[in-house]
Amino acid sequence: MSAKSNQSLIMSDAASRRHRMATLFGQSILFLITSLSTLTVFFIFYFILKDAIPFFKLEGFKEFFTSARWYPSGSPAEFGALPIFMGTGLVTLGAVVVAVPLGIAASVCLSDLLPFHIRQIVKPIIEILAAIPSVAYGFFALVVFAPMLQNHGGAILSAGTWMILGPIFALLVIVMGDLTIDKLRNKVKNPKLAGAIVFPILGILAFTFIYRLASHLSGVEISSGTNALNVAVILGIMALPTVVSVSEDALQAAGRELREGSYALGATRAETIIKTVIPASISGILAAVILGVMRAIGETMVVWMASGNAARLPDPWYNMLQPVRTLTATIAGDMGEADHVTGSSRFHVLFAMAFCLLAFSFIMNLASELIVKRSRKKLGK
Amino acid sequence: MKKTVITTFAICAALSTQAQNKIAIDGSTTVGPIAKAFAEYFMSANPDVNITVSESGSGNGAKSLVNNTCDVAAMSRPMKDTEFKAAADKGIQPVAHVVALDGLPILVHPSNPVQALTVEQVRKIYLGEITNWKQVGGPDKAIVSISRDTNSGTYETFAKLVMSKQKIHKNCEYVGSNGAIRQRVQSTPAAIGYAGLGFVDKTVKALKINGIYPSAETVQTGEYPIARPLFMYTNAYPKLGSPLYRFVTIHLTEDGQEMVEEIGFVPVTAY
Repeated sequence: MSAKSNQSLIMSDAASRRHRMATLFGQSILFLITSLSTLTVFFIFYFILKDAIPFFKLEGFKEFFTSARWYPSGSPAEFGALPIFMGTGLVTLGAVVVAVPLGIAASVCLSDLLPFHIRQIVKPIIEILAAIPSVAYGFFALVVFAPMLQNHGGAILSAGTWMILGPIFALLVIVMGDLTIDKLRNKVKNPKLAGAIVFPILGILAFTFIYRLASHLSGVEISSGTNALNVAVILGIMALPTVVSVSEDALQAAGRELREGSYALGATRAETIIKTVIPASISGILAAVILGVMRAIGETMVVWMASGNAARLPDPWYNMLQPVRTLTATIAGDMGEADHVTGSSRFHVLFAMAFCLLAFSFIMNLASELIVKRSRKKLGK
Repeated sequence: MKKTVITTFAICAALSTQAQNKIAIDGSTTVGPIAKAFAEYFMSANPDVNITVSESGSGNGAKSLVNNTCDVAAMSRPMKDTEFKAAADKGIQPVAHVVALDGLPILVHPSNPVQALTVEQVRKIYLGEITNWKQVGGPDKAIVSISRDTNSGTYETFAKLVMSKQKIHKNCEYVGSNGAIRQRVQSTPAAIGYAGLGFVDKTVKALKINGIYPSAETVQTGEYPIARPLFMYTNAYPKLGSPLYRFVTIHLTEDGQEMVEEIGFVPVTAY
């Protein structure tokens, strides 16, 4: 009886071979699928490059990167993409200015301030922002936000200044105040009194600066609401969930031990967050910022609908109140007329732009990978 | 040579058999509403015929006709030499059917006191030589000029009739549809834009151009200076009596003219 059951447990040679074959077959199919998705990336690079190179052969590099005249449909056609690169840069920069302070503040709040059960509700709500289709954002930007900017531009600008600069300056005041008190510690007998003097002074300075800036901006009149600012704000909101969720993960990863160590040394919660937790997870936060940048730079529908699409250099370069044109919007907008029939430079120039975008996001992606890897090593995980 | 002739015949034959029960239309977003109204009308009278209408822009319509992926290319501009050449190379013989006329009203915000401009003034605004409304008798406000994207037939018509092929200044904003032009103009007090006649409503104000107000009559008589014909192109003239023939001649019937007018365009002939 027992011998028989033993026998049935050991596989026969044929069965074992079948089993091995099945395993091998399964593994190779999975490997094939994985390599297919990896190959796709190479194929994308290959095909975009294949159609981008003819443009540089036909028109050279100089005009594309240095000229400010973009008239692809004119005769003779002009392909100066400098304003388009500038527009992309400006819009992305603006989106970062909106998304990063808000995003980091929100992630600090989520990871260190809010009780667990509230966090469980708030985080998914922020992540819903990522699920809204971009055309809905674009429609909002064009139909609601652009007229709002035109009618109440000054008020919106000064409110925005408060919203963005307020938290940044509050942080700065705390850090700078601590630093000055630290320096004064040897000279002054009563550090508490020094704090009571230094903090209000810095606070009032910061407040007056923001107040002056905001009241200056509140007098600005915006003639056209479809401009770089409009898109930057919307893109910033779109990038927010990425920034929040990645940097919140980074803050979480800093760990309980670190926080408790800081408390044990007598630090307050604010000191712990600003001086211990944020510096410890700075590379994760940086990765979050890079991912946010990539989200903003690649967005098409919103910029096509609401950026105004004027291919001009902003004047001066930081002027966000003028319409701009971005790489993605140009590719989307010029596709229809551009083909081999209507002149091949006009077709290939779009691929040259696509290649620039692809190269940029590839580099950014690599950078964020490296940063995350390094931070993991540092934290010993 | 002989070979091309034979392929042409073969394609024509293939097309005419294919066109028995299926008509594919592709092209201009301006002509799109006409094509859709005609298609609906035609299909309700001939349930056995199936008509599909895609709107991907005049350029794409021409492309589709050249590549023989559609039977009718709806276009808001005439075919270009390069497109004719590409068609000839592929053995396609584009034939134009003018289905309606369209004016391009110059639109401003209803609050703008300016009532009339000349074509010359409009050109100067889009060239960037006139930058403030006070230069043309309006309030002291910087002009926000808005154009259709360079992809559209509307833009090409404007570029030809108003700009005489001169380049629009770099501050000009570009939007992707006639509806978006109206949206931008109705919400921007200092804006100027142009769109099809069918897009004029109470929320925007059309200007007199060279003293002529854009309307069906002034477009038809040719008095309004910024007007254009709207086309449907077919490969060769369709076989008399075939569904395709009946489709591209709808605009000659009274029903067709009524439909054209209802959408906001101008029938080719007064009826």
